[in-house]
Amino acid sequence: MAIEMSQFYQVFFDEAEELLAEMEKLLLAVNISDPDMEDLNAIFRTAHSIKGGASTFGISDMSDITHFLESLLDNIRKGEMAITAEHVDAFLIAKDILKMQLNGHKFGAEVDQESVADVRMMLQSLAQNSTHIAPPPKIESYIEKNPAEQFKKCFRIEFPKVADAEIDTIGEELSLLGESAKEILDDNRIAFVLNTNATPDDIIAICSFILDPQDIFITEIAQTKIPAREENENELGYGFFDPVDKPDEDKLGYGFLEPENPAFALDRSPEEIMKGVARKIENDLTHQGAHDDKHHAKRDADKAAGNQETTTIRVGIEKVDQLINLIGELVITQAMLEQRSIDLDPIEHERLLSSVGQLTRNTRDLQQAVMSIRMMPMDYVFSRFPRMVRDLASKLGKKVEFITYGASTELDKGLIERIVDPLTHLVRNSIDHGIEMPEVRRFDGKTDAGRLSLSASHQGGNIVIEVSDDGGGLNREKILAKAHENGLPVTDNMPDAEVWQLIFAPGFSTAEVVTDVSGRGVGMDVVKRNITNMGGVVDIRSARGFGTTIVISLPLTLAILDGMSIRVGEEVYILPLSCVVESLQPVPDDLKEISNKGTVIKVRDEYLPLIALHKVFGIEPKYTNPCQGIIVILEVEGKRAALFIDELVGQQQVVVKNIESNYKKVPGVSGATILGDGCVALILDVSALLRT
Amino acid sequence: MLQSSQADSSSTMHGLKSASDGDGSEFLAFTLGKEEYGIDILKVQEIRGYEAVTRIANAPVFVKGVINLRGIIVPVVDMRIKFNLGTPTYDQFTVVIILNINSRIVGMVVDSVSDVTTLLAEQIKPPPDMDTTFNSDYLIGLGTIDERMLILVDIDKLMTSPDMGLVDHQAN
Repeated sequence: MAIEMSQFYQVFFDEAEELLAEMEKLLLAVNISDPDMEDLNAIFRTAHSIKGGASTFGISDMSDITHFLESLLDNIRKGEMAITAEHVDAFLIAKDILKMQLNGHKFGAEVDQESVADVRMMLQSLAQNSTHIAPPPKIESYIEKNPAEQFKKCFRIEFPKVADAEIDTIGEELSLLGESAKEILDDNRIAFVLNTNATPDDIIAICSFILDPQDIFITEIAQTKIPAREENENELGYGFFDPVDKPDEDKLGYGFLEPENPAFALDRSPEEIMKGVARKIENDLTHQGAHDDKHHAKRDADKAAGNQETTTIRVGIEKVDQLINLIGELVITQAMLEQRSIDLDPIEHERLLSSVGQLTRNTRDLQQAVMSIRMMPMDYVFSRFPRMVRDLASKLGKKVEFITYGASTELDKGLIERIVDPLTHLVRNSIDHGIEMPEVRRFDGKTDAGRLSLSASHQGGNIVIEVSDDGGGLNREKILAKAHENGLPVTDNMPDAEVWQLIFAPGFSTAEVVTDVSGRGVGMDVVKRNITNMGGVVDIRSARGFGTTIVISLPLTLAILDGMSIRVGEEVYILPLSCVVESLQPVPDDLKEISNKGTVIKVRDEYLPLIALHKVFGIEPKYTNPCQGIIVILEVEGKRAALFIDELVGQQQVVVKNIESNYKKVPGVSGATILGDGCVALILDVSALLRT
Repeated sequence: MLQSSQADSSSTMHGLKSASDGDGSEFLAFTLGKEEYGIDILKVQEIRGYEAVTRIANAPVFVKGVINLRGIIVPVVDMRIKFNLGTPTYDQFTVVIILNINSRIVGMVVDSVSDVTTLLAEQIKPPPDMDTTFNSDYLIGLGTIDERMLILVDIDKLMTSPDMGLVDHQAN
């Protein structure tokens, strides 16, 4: 039992995390001057779902905060108070607190009780202010709440036979979505009629705390007027409907329901309900999207996203990795089979060979399909930036318009997690150093708000991520001056692209180069190193006064590498192709000995250290004279060297395997791969080689 | 993969303790030179021939290199070189015992594999307090079956020891 419970906890944690992220996204999208009812409702729903989940699991501190959040949101949603920037800030802080509490429960992380109390106070005081400033007269709010005007849809929700207490709870839950009325059906079952802006999914979601979603039957009916909110009904003990108590009812349009027993009211109410078209929920959606206003269109989009979620399953990453490993084995077996069948007589073994050909195709398709499981949309990364940009911009007193493109571009999960830190740094840099203060921008004839865009797209076998701002751009003179100061080899007539690369040099503080504001966290050299470690490259495009674009190009997956196979003696090694600049056969005059320092080779007026692979790895080579073998020029992290090998074998994509999972780290080797003949070839760690 | 992980988890429960507990446990017997050794059978994933080993540069002599075990890169060590027993020859009769130790897979070259024997607790004598080829830390004891004597090796401890250098110790 205890184990089962903990499984559910995990589901709640995952769900709450998603809901919190969703809440933040919605909060950031809220237009304060003209808030979209749909958004407010959606925010409310997320808070409500978290509260429901938290109280189910007895996580009282979270349900406590969400409760205050919910009541404040409810006031805003009902139009009893206007949403202000202050509210949005408070909600965002509350979201952070909830996240902290969630982590507290999930990982046992420390929860700062003081700030929890602060937020509670803040939410409470905001909620109180609302009643002081604009105490909503009850009766007015009822007039305003003419259901036909306020709510877009009316649903009839039927439930199986359940306990009375549960019906009451459902009633309360439903009344949070809109106006609901209870109805007792012939066979003692209960139905609710609900005027709401929510979607059937929301209704199911809200009821699913109590009932099995399969038992809930929802149909959309024509707008109908509902006597009162369920909670009032409970409080007032049905007296509300007594015509004596409420003489105004007729005026308010409630008069056509004059029942002694309100529970039967809707059953008896005229054609209105009967005429209601019971449609399939899906039909309703397509129908609405087709002709309704933008709110509906938007809701459809949200709905579609919601539907998508229900068609996915959560699977542990280790299961996926196991699948990928198995496919890897299959690919290797298939390659061996293919290689061994090459020598067979094509006429005699025609059928076998065609089967092998088919196996090759199927395996390749299967490999691609399985690899795509690990792919995640860039949205996973992008979605965390709007909040950061907002906070940072307001802290620095800048105005930033943040745009993302290509959030659906997919990238390997392993890479996507590692790209977050470098991207965060680049985005911070752009806001901190790139985008100017509003005054400066106005002076330069730009809009007050700077544009910062993040985009992702596929280009060939790579994914290209761009961080682009329309700020001041890099200052060539300052960078060059700083480079001189640091003793870097620079000339005044270097091409721009090379100058920009200087900011990636270690110890080259971008802060001092571009502005006087100090940089924070990792430096640009770390960004570059992280990206290089992922097998990617960083480029900078910048124009003075027009902005800077940093272009990161990454391989789609870590598991596959473009390699060049080389041979020394009897052994085959793989060089990552991204490190190979060129290969050449030197003439004796190009080689120079430096006493005690080894040999250098002159390549295009540049002296490069010569690394003989057979000496580093202790191999018996075919050639000991570099002029007989081949020299490969390698470049990594801005360093170049010449590697002396016997011969080049070929260029191929290789599947990278980890050596360290069963053995220790091997110096000079970054991994291994399996060649077509089933043998293992080691992949050289070029940056380690260059350090030797 | 699945099988090996099962073997691994059950071996942690079953392996060493049961050797001293009673019911008896099974050992794989192999020879190095003239000596006969035994290891817990549950640590053994499979036994295969010696083929296509890729040398690792600058590794100790007894680390023969790595092999492709159905897509997994597995290091192979030659116990004959490590403990200076027998003659390290490599032909179609050379045997590699593939071990699964704490989910790490290691291949071990030995002279030959004889059989699997069950030893009861009373058949296992404590290791003598003398210099053996193996540091006595890595021994479970000596197993006796009729005239045979098996040197029972705690292969877990041995393979993860700094002596073998198969695991990065500063990392752990």
